[in-house]
Amino acid sequence: MLEIKCPYCGPRDEEEFSCGGEAHIARPLSENSLSDKEFADYLFYRDNPRGVFLERWRHAAGCRRWFNVARDTLTHHILEIYPMGAKPVSKAGRAAYNANWRRDSQAEIAAQPASQKTNKTSSAKR
Amino acid sequence: MASTDIDRGVRGLRDRKKHYSIFSLARQAGDYHQGWQQAWRHAEPKPEYDAVIIGGGGHGLATAYYLASVHNMTNIAVIEKGWLGGGNTGRNTTIIRSNYLWDESAAIYEHAMKLWEGLAQDLNFNIMFSQRGVLTIAHSEHELKEMSRRVHAIRLNGIDSDILSPDEIKKFVPIMNMDPAIRYPVMGGFLQKRGGTARHDAVAWGYARAADDMGVDIIQNCEVVGLRRQGRKITGIETTKGLIKTRKVGCVVAGHSSVLADMAGIRLPIASRPLQALVSEPIKPILDTVIMSNAVHMYISQSDKGEMVLGAGVDKYNSYAQRGSFPVPEHMLAAAVELFPVLSRLRMLRHWGGIVDTCPDASPILSRTDIEGLYFNCGWGTGGFKATPGSGHVFADLIANDRPNEIAVPYALNRFETGLLIDEHGAAGVAH
Repeated sequence: MLEIKCPYCGPRDEEEFSCGGEAHIARPLSENSLSDKEFADYLFYRDNPRGVFLERWRHAAGCRRWFNVARDTLTHHILEIYPMGAKPVSKAGRAAYNANWRRDSQAEIAAQPASQKTNKTSSAKR
Repeated sequence: MASTDIDRGVRGLRDRKKHYSIFSLARQAGDYHQGWQQAWRHAEPKPEYDAVIIGGGGHGLATAYYLASVHNMTNIAVIEKGWLGGGNTGRNTTIIRSNYLWDESAAIYEHAMKLWEGLAQDLNFNIMFSQRGVLTIAHSEHELKEMSRRVHAIRLNGIDSDILSPDEIKKFVPIMNMDPAIRYPVMGGFLQKRGGTARHDAVAWGYARAADDMGVDIIQNCEVVGLRRQGRKITGIETTKGLIKTRKVGCVVAGHSSVLADMAGIRLPIASRPLQALVSEPIKPILDTVIMSNAVHMYISQSDKGEMVLGAGVDKYNSYAQRGSFPVPEHMLAAAVELFPVLSRLRMLRHWGGIVDTCPDASPILSRTDIEGLYFNCGWGTGGFKATPGSGHVFADLIANDRPNEIAVPYALNRFETGLLIDEHGAAGVAH
């Protein structure tokens, strides 16, 4: 069984948490510009590594807040816990973040607000 | 629906001396069982094959068997990282049924059921197939209504399915606690009489022996470390026993499907999760059927050795560790003891986990890929064992002809792009 250190409540048993699957999946803002194949990357395709996995957990029976966890799926060892919206800081966590195919996917590019895009033709909201 | 006349690929063993029968048993008994032959060779890889199946579990061995027997492809090999049937084939709770809601599921699981019904004869191997019935119970008014809708859909597909009232359940399973005051009272259930169990190891061994007899090389302790390709075409696989050239590769590796897909540079919509099961000490026969409850996540049967075999739902996180967390079996045992108070002082002997390949729609993937000659059979999640013969039969057809047959068409990878999902979540039960 996992013992997860909730960043807000401290270490608790896995029983108190729910697992939200892969972290860092942003919803495309301009989904109409994506093909069905590209949208499927956002909707159905998930990273499933044998090794370091970045995932979301929620302290469901506690503070009910979400946070991110970098965990090794082979050993269940938790490498790092970091807040929503942040990126991993550990070396292994950063490597896992950068190695994920999603970083180059059209769905993720379409999830960036227009101001951050290098491509100025985009008409995404805000 | 599946056509009724399946090409079962029955050939009989080439080597008649290997034929198992009551007479061979008597003959061997007279010789103190010293003369039994090896059931399959310990093959070393040849430099090249017409096709290679990665994964020596039930599905992989069945695929190889049907490739050889139905499609006459005998220059093939099965590559297994560990020992034969040592993955999820040896870790499941051996339940067989075909009572699924959707037509696509009915087609493939009933196809498997028809093959199960003659498999021991086809393979000349006692797989201990026992159609003892599978009873799924309901614990609420809503579940009962949903169940009757499901039963009618299943019957429209020509699959046997009957609603049982609490009185009928009491007669059918006398040890079940029918007290209406328990937390999840039993309000009814539905029974597939043709469902049941089979000996999981024997299924792997039977397929291996019959495939080996036709010349299929079964290579154990051989891990695939890379896939060779030229452009978008498969040319071979790299293994711990060297390079093996082939133009067709069928991946049937369950929980490790994503790892192989990664080697090929493609992606699958799969999450690998632990699924746990446990068996008790052996006791005298008390349960002659299979009981499943989706609401309390528990399924139970009694093996021929007398052990109670119990399983639950998957753990909530991704894992490749072949173990899960304790709360899962704890909850399942609490449900089991409430439903069967007679089990309360039973000791559990063994407890284990397997890594299952779950799909977003809880249905499998039998598909070609963007790479020519690379095929995947995966995504069976928590319920692959029951489909073993059907999965192998359909997948062999896909590999041999490089096109999906009518059963396989809905299971292609592109359903996650078209949205034509086969949503079996809860439809035929959470515990697949």
